[in-house]
Amino acid sequence: MILAVEGVSLSFGGVRALQDVSFDVKEHEIRAIIGPNGAGKSSMLNVLNGVYRPQKGKIAFRGREFRGMDPRRAASLGIARTFQNIALFKGMSVLDNVMSGRNLKMRCNFLQQALWLGPAKREELEHRRAAEEIIDFLEIQHIRRTPVGRLPYGLQKRVELARALAAEPVVLLLDEPMAGMNLEEKQDMCRFVLHVNDHYGTTIVLIEHDMGVVMDISNRVVVLDYGRKIADGTPGEVRRDQKVIDAYLGVARA
Amino acid sequence: MKERIETLDTFPKLLMHHARVRPQRPAIREKDLGIWQTWTWHEFAEEVRAIAAALAALGLKRGEHFALVGDNRPRLYATMAAGQCLGAIPVPLYQDAVAAEMAFPIQNAGIAVAFAEDQEQVDKLLEIAPQCASLTRIVYDDPRGLRHYAKDKLVAYDDLLGQGRERLKANPALIDDEIAKGAGADTAAMFFTSGTTGVAKGVVHTHTSLIGPSRTAAELERLGDADVVLAYLPPAWIGQNIFSVAQAYVTGYCICCPEAAETVMTDMREIGPTYYFAPPRVLENLLTQVSIRMEDASRVKRWLYRSFMGVAQRVGGAILDGKRVSLADRLLYAIGDVLVYGPLRNVLGMSRVKVGYTAGEAIGPDLFKFYRSIGINLKQLYGSTETAVFVCIQPDGQVKPDTVGPAVPGVELKFTPERELVVRGPGLFREYYKNPQATAEVKDRDGWFHTGDAGYFDADGHVKIIDRVKDVGRLANGTLFAPKYLENKLKFFPYIREAVCFGHERDRVCAFINIDPEAVGNWAEKRNMPYSGYTDLASRPEVHDLVRECIERVNADLAAEPEIANSQIHRFLILHKELDADDGELTRTRKVRRGYIAEKYAPLIDALYAGRDSVHVQAQVKYEDGRTGTFSADLHIENARTFPPAAAERAA
Repeated sequence: MILAVEGVSLSFGGVRALQDVSFDVKEHEIRAIIGPNGAGKSSMLNVLNGVYRPQKGKIAFRGREFRGMDPRRAASLGIARTFQNIALFKGMSVLDNVMSGRNLKMRCNFLQQALWLGPAKREELEHRRAAEEIIDFLEIQHIRRTPVGRLPYGLQKRVELARALAAEPVVLLLDEPMAGMNLEEKQDMCRFVLHVNDHYGTTIVLIEHDMGVVMDISNRVVVLDYGRKIADGTPGEVRRDQKVIDAYLGVARA
Repeated sequence: MKERIETLDTFPKLLMHHARVRPQRPAIREKDLGIWQTWTWHEFAEEVRAIAAALAALGLKRGEHFALVGDNRPRLYATMAAGQCLGAIPVPLYQDAVAAEMAFPIQNAGIAVAFAEDQEQVDKLLEIAPQCASLTRIVYDDPRGLRHYAKDKLVAYDDLLGQGRERLKANPALIDDEIAKGAGADTAAMFFTSGTTGVAKGVVHTHTSLIGPSRTAAELERLGDADVVLAYLPPAWIGQNIFSVAQAYVTGYCICCPEAAETVMTDMREIGPTYYFAPPRVLENLLTQVSIRMEDASRVKRWLYRSFMGVAQRVGGAILDGKRVSLADRLLYAIGDVLVYGPLRNVLGMSRVKVGYTAGEAIGPDLFKFYRSIGINLKQLYGSTETAVFVCIQPDGQVKPDTVGPAVPGVELKFTPERELVVRGPGLFREYYKNPQATAEVKDRDGWFHTGDAGYFDADGHVKIIDRVKDVGRLANGTLFAPKYLENKLKFFPYIREAVCFGHERDRVCAFINIDPEAVGNWAEKRNMPYSGYTDLASRPEVHDLVRECIERVNADLAAEPEIANSQIHRFLILHKELDADDGELTRTRKVRRGYIAEKYAPLIDALYAGRDSVHVQAQVKYEDGRTGTFSADLHIENARTFPPAAAERAA
């Protein structure tokens, strides 16, 4: 068990975004969180990497319990993420964006880097190599020097994944990685997510709107609706669950 | 030393020669992880030796065929050479071919061992494996994604390399003995023709037939071991093989493998090749990109570009040819060189190009002149898979846009009464593999190869090719109709990507047009025209007007040439989809498959000639993931203005 969420509740004033949600994530699996709009998926992800502090509940990372994460600690524990509405440095090149993902791994101080001293140079080369491996892995060599702002949406999403991977995460949180993509881009992204999971052994938690994609690539699925967990299981089990069908297709609520 | 290398009659012998004579010179480079990695001739030869030893252990035997599927990669070329060391015959296959297209060559040649670059190629080979009983081993280079594959057929290149080194340690002379057994008359490689007509045929070449012409051409262009080539076209195409294997082995020059297909432009700029080949299509795309970028440039830059390109068009070609040009013009050209041509060559990655060839299709004269006018020594070349490329080369100083030059030394040429070019020379293929009937059809008893191209000698004895013999037709009134000639004229416009003209035995000429989505898209953006993709663009009336203007300019040109003035294009339509090799409409080398298109789009042609304003199409489209769907729409048919021969000047 790499991540365990226990009885997490989160509210913003009167809005109860999450109510007593518990689930776990196993080492090396692809775990999906799905649900209709406003179900609390992104809030859940934000709780996991410490952007939000839940009022109730605990998060355990590899057995260590946290009352609440904070983003910096999450990152240094090896939890990286991507964002629903892409948060890259638009004016910087793809390479620089990917390199920025290695920020926490840089050890040399400001002075060494400014003076380009031996250790700083060695370190830079090492990080560049790591960044290049990811660029190669995600097949974005041709845009290495292109400013991110000039790239089409699908590629920006891929660059964001690259930056998250650059941190060599243990757990990767993906917030709607396929949103707004066409079929081909979605297939590419699926392929990359599976490859990342397989090649680097990264545990992946992903939020997705597109049921088809989720069912195809995830090992287990958590379904949220109005902040509550309504189902948890393999894609096959979840698909047959009446509560899930109701939540997605809608039923007249009394 | 010169004498010695000429006595070497096989590729493995040449390779080992370079490893001895120039061990530290670069043989092959590849951009990997953003950095150019170099294999010296020594390192490359050692790798080849090790792989050869391992392939021998896998059971690859003399005279047996093996397949190679992948992009230009040092390891692909090392495997190719390794097989040749053992006397086995490499059969490179097009890496973008779909699985089904690979089955025939593998069955035909009874291939047991195949090299695959990555998961994509391995998947294709595994897909056809049930139909190809002979295929027992797939050597893969990039292991990504292959971890969970059943390993009964797969062998990792890295493992092979390790095993080979072990075997060589035990028996160092193993491979050298095998190399010594080879002779020039042995089969060196087999290339499957892309099959413009009918099924693919395996073209069998010996070491002698590949080495001979490569050496002659290298001497003609004074190529040496300091030259650098970018290998970016499919290795399955004989031209790429000549430029990245045969001539490299003959001269000892260095070949560079780009990082990915999308990075070719950048890689070319970094490498600065000195010897370059590009089919007209690539040159066309480059020019389109330049034109698009110039349209976006500031007013001053646009003015500079336009004025100095005027100078270049006037005198650039003459200066390159060493002809007499006035001092004032030379001065003007020199200023242009600093301000425009030099930077332009640099952007194109052609600053160091000593010789550039283009071939494969007739090149538009304006396109050709453009490159020569900015000081790039681009020349035309004529040849085919069956002739090991080099039949005609334009010698320096005698370059003309509409001919392909005189015969290369050692090659005999003549035209049959039907105007078909026939060739005899040292580069002729031995036969089509297991297909004596096809061989007999093109190679007659006296050893003349029938090229299928129609043309004639011009006043200087240069060969002028007009079209394929079978495509040259006549209009109903008996005047000459050479469709490719018209299409090339159309394709010179950046907005037109592809054109197919019809007119044989008809009263007038009509055309299908494929717009260039990039150029037209850019044009549309400038006019604040929203669009959703190719099909949408192609249906816009504004785009029809744009294309009509292009066609009318071609018609004005044609009206000035009395022989083909009757070939002016009367009616046209813009196709709803881009012609695609995956749909069988183009060959893998992206030549139009005229017959197939005429058949597939027969209702459209009927509508063009019936004088209707629009035609309904319902087409099956194949998506990239292999699924099929249907598409239906109404295509507009437009008329274009034609000119009586006398009115040509006024309209132009």
